Amino acid sequence: MTTKEALYNYTLRMGDDSLILGQRLSELCGHGPILEEDIALTNISLDLIGQATLLLDYAGELDKDSRNKDQLAFLRIEKQYVNILLVEQPNGHFGDTILRQFLFDAYRTALLERLSTSKDKRLAGIAEKSLKETKYHLKHSSEWVIRLGDGTEESHLRIQNSLDKLFRYAHELFYENEVDNLLIKEGIVPSAQGIYPVWEKTVNDVLEAATLSLPKNNWKFQGGREGRHSEHMGYLLADMQYMQRTYPNMEW
Amino acid sequence: MEKSKEWPLWEVFIRSKQGLNHKHVGSLRASDATMAIDNARDVYTRRSEGISIWVVPSNNITASDPSDEDSLFEPANSKVYRHPTFYDVPDGISHM
Amino acid sequence: MMEIDNKELENKFQQKIDRDIKIEPNDWMPDAYRTTLIRQISQHAHSEVVGMLPEGNWITRAPNLRRKAVLLAKVQDEAGHGLYLYSAAETLGADREQTIDDLHSGKAKYSSIFNYPTLTWADMGAVGWLVDGAAIMNQVPLCRCSYGPYARAMIRVCKEESFHQRQGFEIMTKLAGGAIEQKEMAQDALNRFWWPALMMFGPSDADSSHTEQSMKWKIKRHTNDELRQMFVDVTVPQIETLGLTVPDPDVKWNEVKGRYDYGPIDWDEFWQVVGGNGPCNKERVDARRKAKEDGKWVVEAAMAFTNKRNSKKSA
Repeated sequence: MTTKEALYNYTLRMGDDSLILGQRLSELCGHGPILEEDIALTNISLDLIGQATLLLDYAGELDKDSRNKDQLAFLRIEKQYVNILLVEQPNGHFGDTILRQFLFDAYRTALLERLSTSKDKRLAGIAEKSLKETKYHLKHSSEWVIRLGDGTEESHLRIQNSLDKLFRYAHELFYENEVDNLLIKEGIVPSAQGIYPVWEKTVNDVLEAATLSLPKNNWKFQGGREGRHSEHMGYLLADMQYMQRTYPNMEW
Repeated sequence: MEKSKEWPLWEVFIRSKQGLNHKHVGSLRASDATMAIDNARDVYTRRSEGISIWVVPSNNITASDPSDEDSLFEPANSKVYRHPTFYDVPDGISHM
Repeated sequence: MMEIDNKELENKFQQKIDRDIKIEPNDWMPDAYRTTLIRQISQHAHSEVVGMLPEGNWITRAPNLRRKAVLLAKVQDEAGHGLYLYSAAETLGADREQTIDDLHSGKAKYSSIFNYPTLTWADMGAVGWLVDGAAIMNQVPLCRCSYGPYARAMIRVCKEESFHQRQGFEIMTKLAGGAIEQKEMAQDALNRFWWPALMMFGPSDADSSHTEQSMKWKIKRHTNDELRQMFVDVTVPQIETLGLTVPDPDVKWNEVKGRYDYGPIDWDEFWQVVGGNGPCNKERVDARRKAKEDGKWVVEAAMAFTNKRNSKKSA
């Protein structure tokens, strides 16, 4: 594997994480729990679609088949998407949505902070711009996890359930393979070892304030980074790719 | 329909740029001050209209009674010397 | 004694309006002025919020990244506009939750255009171009409305909406100049939205019960028929530019009057949709009600959290 191939793969992963999570959140536009929060969730969705656009644009330039960002976003088959399973999980109730967001934001913030000093200037630039947005997402999702955890009995129970269910998908955030090994060695991306403790601390602090406890079940789902997805992914793609698949080769 | 415990109303003030006053822009609902700031950012600065936000619980604002308008504000109307247009400045003088 | 006072207050009030002095929340106003405004502003707010749904229906299927982001931003703006308007209604003493419950119970109305379905991507173009176009026509004069908070909310809304109609027209331009399927899609969307867009201005002046008083109070600045005519006059040339066909054989330029004539509107359809029998009335209100019901535990949790923290602080 060349550095360029590894970089393509890494950028694609980040792009897919952003795209799929942004797509999931966009389903909620018009259906949020209260108008103010509807607007807030849509803002996060918009930021993620924006980040996906930058990342897939860059991935397209590194792609050996020279696909552009829209071809990458809309015309791959399921096995070729390399997002983690966490981001494709359904929105569920608001507690599920916000907990999924929190686990992701805590990771993404720690990653972007380090990536913004990457040797790869393009990636560093994207990271720097995205970091400002993602920090705010983390603030927002953390506050909500705490409110729901330490709110009513019902909300505590609900979000504890969300945590029990979704925490099994969190380990995949730190998945590494030869792509990472190569890029870490070249000083282009940080290692999971460096990010994990930061993530863990954020998660523990927030869960403590929220009076929530880590699930005893420490099962670790993975497969997304290798293109093995959950059953939910096919439906998400059918929806997202509908226009491009139904009307091939047209401009919109 | 069952009544839920509605969040209080907050008034939102935004400073659009350094050097200007905070200006009232509207209101919103939030359960606490932190959320009110977050919501104000998302609702009232979607097009980067601001660099600083104040939020105040609406019920903490005391307003003057409009029927006192005459006694409160008319005296000021007669103090025209407070307004710069009261003074004649000779032609040719600028930057004043 | 009271009656004489009221008469005098009413006269003073009308004089203020005649002199184009804005009415502010704490000022004295006739009850009927307040009631009319609350009804109009909350209907307007509901229209923004319900209006998120037909377009929201296509966000997940937008054909490329740019269109997805633009549509998302536009629908989000509508939520914001709903919020500005609910805020304006609150200044008149209309509690937001009560106002929203009136929508959910079917008591309050909203613009009936949103009871039509969005069936293809071209509908995103038609809605942005025609529906937002008609809305702008209605809203620009409201920026000069006599009630301060409403006028200020409308200034904000109009400023933000300028991109909405353009993005709709851009979608239509792309389709009209595209493949045969795209052009057909564009024409079909125009055919379905043309008449409902004309109906957006409300019943013809002869049948509009509130117009006269509202114009006197400067809550309304033009009659329904005047606004409708303005809309037809600017839109017909745009349809021609797109190379599409006006879905009304009676549309033709009237030299004498200097405007376009158009065919009769099916008012029966209008009243049916207003009355609840439009293709999507039930779905729209159900979706809004469900959002509130699903969010109830969230709203309560946040309040409970705040109360807990406050009592900890004071303890």
